[in-house]
Amino acid sequence: MDVLEKLTILTDAAKYDAACTSSGGTRGSKKGYIGNTSSSVAGCCHSFSADGRCVTLLKVLLTNRCIYDCKYCVNRRSNDTKRAAFTPEELADLTINFYRRNYIEGLFLSSGVFRSPDYTTELMIRALRLLREQYRFNGYIHAKAIPGTSPELVEQLGLLADRLSVNIELPSEAGLKALAPDKTKQAILTPMRQIQARNQQSKEELVKYRHAPKFAPAGQSTQLIVGATRDSDLHILRLTQGLYDRYRLKRVFYSAYVPVVEHALLPAKDVKPPLLREHRLYQADWLLRFYGFRAEELLDEQNPDFDPRVDPKCSWALAHPAFFPVEVNTADYSALLRIPGVGVTSARRILAARRSGRLHIDDLRKLGVVMKRAQYFLTASGKAAEGLRFTQDSLLRGLIAAERPLLPQQEAIQLSLFDPVG
Amino acid sequence: MPEMVYYYDGSFEGFLCCIFDSYANKEVLTAIYRDEDFVPTLFASRAIQTDQSHAKRVFRKIVKCSPYTANLLQKCFLTCLPEKELSMYRLVVKLLREGPGFLGNFSDPVLHPVAKAVQHLLAEAHLLKGFVRFSELDGVLGGEIEPKNRVLPVLRSHFCARYQNEKFFIYDRTHKEALFYANGKAVIRPLDDFQMAPPDETEANYRILWKRFYDTIAIRERYNPKCRMTNMPKRYWNTMTEFQDASYFKAQSSPAAVSAPGVPAGISAPGKPPGHGPSAPESAL
Repeated sequence: MDVLEKLTILTDAAKYDAACTSSGGTRGSKKGYIGNTSSSVAGCCHSFSADGRCVTLLKVLLTNRCIYDCKYCVNRRSNDTKRAAFTPEELADLTINFYRRNYIEGLFLSSGVFRSPDYTTELMIRALRLLREQYRFNGYIHAKAIPGTSPELVEQLGLLADRLSVNIELPSEAGLKALAPDKTKQAILTPMRQIQARNQQSKEELVKYRHAPKFAPAGQSTQLIVGATRDSDLHILRLTQGLYDRYRLKRVFYSAYVPVVEHALLPAKDVKPPLLREHRLYQADWLLRFYGFRAEELLDEQNPDFDPRVDPKCSWALAHPAFFPVEVNTADYSALLRIPGVGVTSARRILAARRSGRLHIDDLRKLGVVMKRAQYFLTASGKAAEGLRFTQDSLLRGLIAAERPLLPQQEAIQLSLFDPVG
Repeated sequence: MPEMVYYYDGSFEGFLCCIFDSYANKEVLTAIYRDEDFVPTLFASRAIQTDQSHAKRVFRKIVKCSPYTANLLQKCFLTCLPEKELSMYRLVVKLLREGPGFLGNFSDPVLHPVAKAVQHLLAEAHLLKGFVRFSELDGVLGGEIEPKNRVLPVLRSHFCARYQNEKFFIYDRTHKEALFYANGKAVIRPLDDFQMAPPDETEANYRILWKRFYDTIAIRERYNPKCRMTNMPKRYWNTMTEFQDASYFKAQSSPAAVSAPGVPAGISAPGKPPGHGPSAPESAL
């Protein structure tokens, strides 16, 4: 099997992993080594695939052979699919040559569980070590830690990679039991805990000794599959919040479940992936990380799922009319961030701008405020936007209309005159 | 004060001299053009000679008032803002008259156009950090771009740090200039015409591998061309490996080799592999 075919099989097997970021690394270039990771705070996208997702890293599996039989996964052992494995040399050669041509920012290495978690991790470590030490690659590496790997191997992996991730995949233990019988919650959380503790320790050591080895300097992330089980948005968001609070994760990724296999416990194969739901979860995720929201504010037991019609921030604003309108000349930063249509950048700009004079409605658009949403919720120098009249009902309609063009459109279905009736 | 149109040589120093001379002559500028854009007008005009010491004095004064503005002006000079010189001149006049207090207000009518143009420049440069595609020929990496703004000075530090031990160049088709880097030294030089040489076998092979990776990584059930176009506008596709037609992937330097080794027979290399997600459109716009 040649490299082109291997690349095709192992990319195809890796594409359902959502994480593809290169953020968080700040390693400068080293003499005699290729590359660096200091592109910018937000990472660097090198391309966007036809589904609109960013391509930053060479995202492949080391092998798609797997001893596990997780029902939702294309690589499960009972699936009849072509299997392949990269040799460490092939992988290193691909990474270096893609990197030199500026195709990628680094390598995202994951793998099916071949023989045992420990054996697989050893293979990954060997490949990464070759890439780092012999091919002298100094760019970004994101490696998957496989649940059930022994701590010594996770330790070695973390010293080679910039970011580690352990995929939770199914947001509840019941889901894991039903769909991924070979994995347990404990096996997933143990390496996560270890990575967090070790990362913290490495940061403390770095303060004391300048050359202390860095353990996963870009932190860790995880992924949750949305729509394979019946977990509510509230459940998923609470879990996310717990992961950010307790495990200090950099990111939680959501992956709308794409039905790849037919199974009684899974959604049918013709079910569309819940892309809108995934979108809403990402929006809420941002509210947790940058806007000072808590999961309990956004959803509760009465409304355990997000309103598909408006984004979570607008939903919150509609449920809390007493909070609005906010006067932009006097409100503090956290209050500004609660206005739909005001983001981190525009809130900071408002704070800076009002030091040099009072702000008026016309200034806000220039500051980056999205007025088609924000106009309902703010005043500037005591005045609302000119000619603005609305009731609770027309407000909702206005907000829905403001967002609609930005959402993925439903495919228009050609009606046929000849379809059987009924 | 009399109104006046100034002409300068097109350099940043020349622009600073326009500011110097407008103060020295007590004139208000209504337009600033480069010499090459000269058109005879009925308005009173003046051709400004570039004097390095004058330019230095103006720049030192601006840095003293606001280092932020000095940086902003240097960046704005690279942008494609129409009549950028006039916007920049007005910013300097306001800065010298009122002091740096208004600079915190992004919506200030004088600051906003300049800051907005610089934002556009930096955003484009950020995208191009990812979208530049290099080809290797005889150990030298070469790439081409078609940006709206003159991004090469902004991109220089990024690529020089990343490819420290390489030799590379990036050719800017729009502004006909190129960034050359070798052995720790980088220069930007005007270059009127440039044609990329066809790929050799190794190069063609990596192009094929990359194209295949790009086509495979997309999930068909999530196909969303609009989202892709928002994130990666079509004007960048022209110079990207993913969107080139079949001839781009054929090795041409050695006519003896018909098909590159490593490409199995039966698979049309650059085309879309059957059943592996939506491929990029064949023709680049």
